[in-house]
Amino acid sequence: MTGARLKSIIIKELWAILRDPRTRIVLIVPPILQLAIFGLATTLEVKNMSLGVLNRDGGAWSQEVIERVAGSPNVGRVISLKSDDDARNAIERQRVIAVLRFDSDFSAKVSGGRGGTIGVVADGRRSNAAQIVASYLDQIAASVGASVSRRQVRPVAPSGPVVPTGDFLAGRSVVVNWFNRNLDYLWFTMPALIAIMSAISAMSVTAQSVARERELGTYDQLMVSPLRVSEILVGKMVPPVLVGAFITTVYVILIPWVFRVPLTGSIALLYGALVFYLLALTGVGMLVSVLSATQQQAFLGMFLVAIPLILLSGYASPVDNMPDWLQVIAHLDPATYFLRVTEGVFLKSMSARDVLDNCWPLALICVVTLSASALLFRSRME
Amino acid sequence: MNTTGNVADAGGTETDAKVEVRRFLALLTKEARQIVRDPSTALIAFVLPLLLLFLFGYGVNLDTARTRIGIDPRDQSAAAASLAHDFTSSRWFNVVDARSTSVLGRELVAGRIRGIVVIPDGFGRDVAHGGGTIQVITDGSLPNMAGFVAAYAEGVRANWAAQRVSEHGRASIGSAGPPAISLEHRYWFNPGLTSRFFLVPGSIAVVMTMIGTLLTALVVAREWERGTLEGLMATPIGMGELIATKVVPYFVLGLGSMTLCTLLGIFLFGVPLRGSPWALLAISAVFLSPALGQGLLISAATRNQFVASQVALITAFLPTMLLSGFLFEIPSMPAPIRLLTYLVPARYMIPQLQTVFLAGDDWGLFLPNMGALLGFGVLFFGIAIKVTRRRVA
Repeated sequence: MTGARLKSIIIKELWAILRDPRTRIVLIVPPILQLAIFGLATTLEVKNMSLGVLNRDGGAWSQEVIERVAGSPNVGRVISLKSDDDARNAIERQRVIAVLRFDSDFSAKVSGGRGGTIGVVADGRRSNAAQIVASYLDQIAASVGASVSRRQVRPVAPSGPVVPTGDFLAGRSVVVNWFNRNLDYLWFTMPALIAIMSAISAMSVTAQSVARERELGTYDQLMVSPLRVSEILVGKMVPPVLVGAFITTVYVILIPWVFRVPLTGSIALLYGALVFYLLALTGVGMLVSVLSATQQQAFLGMFLVAIPLILLSGYASPVDNMPDWLQVIAHLDPATYFLRVTEGVFLKSMSARDVLDNCWPLALICVVTLSASALLFRSRME
Repeated sequence: MNTTGNVADAGGTETDAKVEVRRFLALLTKEARQIVRDPSTALIAFVLPLLLLFLFGYGVNLDTARTRIGIDPRDQSAAAASLAHDFTSSRWFNVVDARSTSVLGRELVAGRIRGIVVIPDGFGRDVAHGGGTIQVITDGSLPNMAGFVAAYAEGVRANWAAQRVSEHGRASIGSAGPPAISLEHRYWFNPGLTSRFFLVPGSIAVVMTMIGTLLTALVVAREWERGTLEGLMATPIGMGELIATKVVPYFVLGLGSMTLCTLLGIFLFGVPLRGSPWALLAISAVFLSPALGQGLLISAATRNQFVASQVALITAFLPTMLLSGFLFEIPSMPAPIRLLTYLVPARYMIPQLQTVFLAGDDWGLFLPNMGALLGFGVLFFGIAIKVTRRRVA
């Protein structure tokens, strides 16, 4: 009996979502486009930046630095500037991210062993990119500087404090990047998008489910039907889980195949964790839905939950960097756990034990949110 | 809901112009009441800005705290112990474990530590000969974190080596003089490089997109769903008037929310407003035109709340976050996506917001961007009206 009732409510719920062709399209096409667009756009690497040069020095060393800067893969265009006003304008209007300024005695100072200084003015409005560009420029200056000391045998008189640099003494650090040797940012973004996009879709579908019935008035019909609350809720959880699983499957196929991100771990483990993740998300979505009187409230409520869910998951910035009290909140976020699993399964061939460690918090979140939804659902019935 | 009918009846005794004004005001009052009555509107207009500023102010921290690492000390020398101690007491690292790399490797996979510093066998002997190389293993699945760990681990090592030289009074092999070429960095507009200073103005664009596009799309789509919009069109109200009554309340709400963000940004997060409030108001008002136009267009094209909400999310919210230059640098994106960003209105908004907050009024920068935004506004409203007409006919 329960089986037959459950089957009919599941069919009804699937029908409610998939009947409308535009809904079908909106659930399937955008996640695929997003993978391409947002996957490629969301890079924290800084490349192809425009720089300005104000060169009052006619010598060889400024020329050398400028050529090295122009040849850097991080620099797209070098714009030659005539005056300080010109430089100011280029930065203010954001034509360039930074201006390098060489004084007229720059080359003479470098050749004379007195140390030349390049003035760099960067646009602090884009402070993050400006900082990264500045660190690239530092590296270029250091490497040109090194060739200066190789070319001139004349010893440099030590003055000022000792500045530790990379090859100070013969000792150094040999860096090995595990899991992602070249630190390709795409390798991080792509598996993360699985967690983000399946969350947005699954939660949108769940959040609408109860609220839609209430808005359309079919909620009351559901109440007078012989269905139990648990059956209604289970029926409503099937479509979001299917939608989330579908999107994940598309991503798991496209990410290694089109974007060449290695899938080193077990797909079975990924799907095992995915089930827990989607159930936790539907639990959260269901809570929002039960609390909302209209679809508008449900959607906006879902949105207010989705933003911190994404931003605190470790996708925007590592959880380790957050203040302690915010880390506590981040550990209530299902995406925090699933993000570890997607990164782990894709790049680190994560073991079953480590995956399981991230599954039980998801199960806990699911149990708590669903119980709360069921209680609220029941209390609204009476 | 039905104030329109009463106003139309009263029309007989008054001049047409007066009737129109009264009718317009009545409709506007109706819309405003609907907004005030629905708690979800307040949620988006006032809770969302708080949440966003809060998350960007505290949560999205691009400046790193102490990173958890492990150390594998394979060498028993005093030098190795002293270097390990320097890592333990470093303000950049939190050394949670000192064991073999194979054990620590499992911690790295689980994500409990972010790097391993290996002090190899024979390190002490090498140091005595002026060398001493360590190995730094990072977690490449977090590329930024990995770069950070590598750079700061080398920093700790280099400092340690420099300290030894000054303590032992031994000359170094390389030259310790001033570098041949050095850079003198200056950052205009944000000398302290506070990431909040660009995150807070950026969130204003996100909040206004939410109100202008998402909220408008949802509300108007509901009217289409229920047929109340067709009902209104059957009355003598003109199309322009009808659209104006839908748009004006959200325009006001958007500016109100912008003001809230600005006040919070200035007084809570200490973001300067170096430009004039009037310029900020003008920029925001202009930005709302494409935002509202897009919302109307989405609702008219979808006429379904669920579809409208998804389309608004995908075509307005996500591009504003990701393709506008707010969080990610546009020049760094691949060429086809760079071209795509020209279709994102927020792309023209972010530089204006950053400038008015951090630099000051620069109309040479504002006006071309405002022109682009108005162009999008006209385009979106034009198509929205056309689609609406077709739907009714």
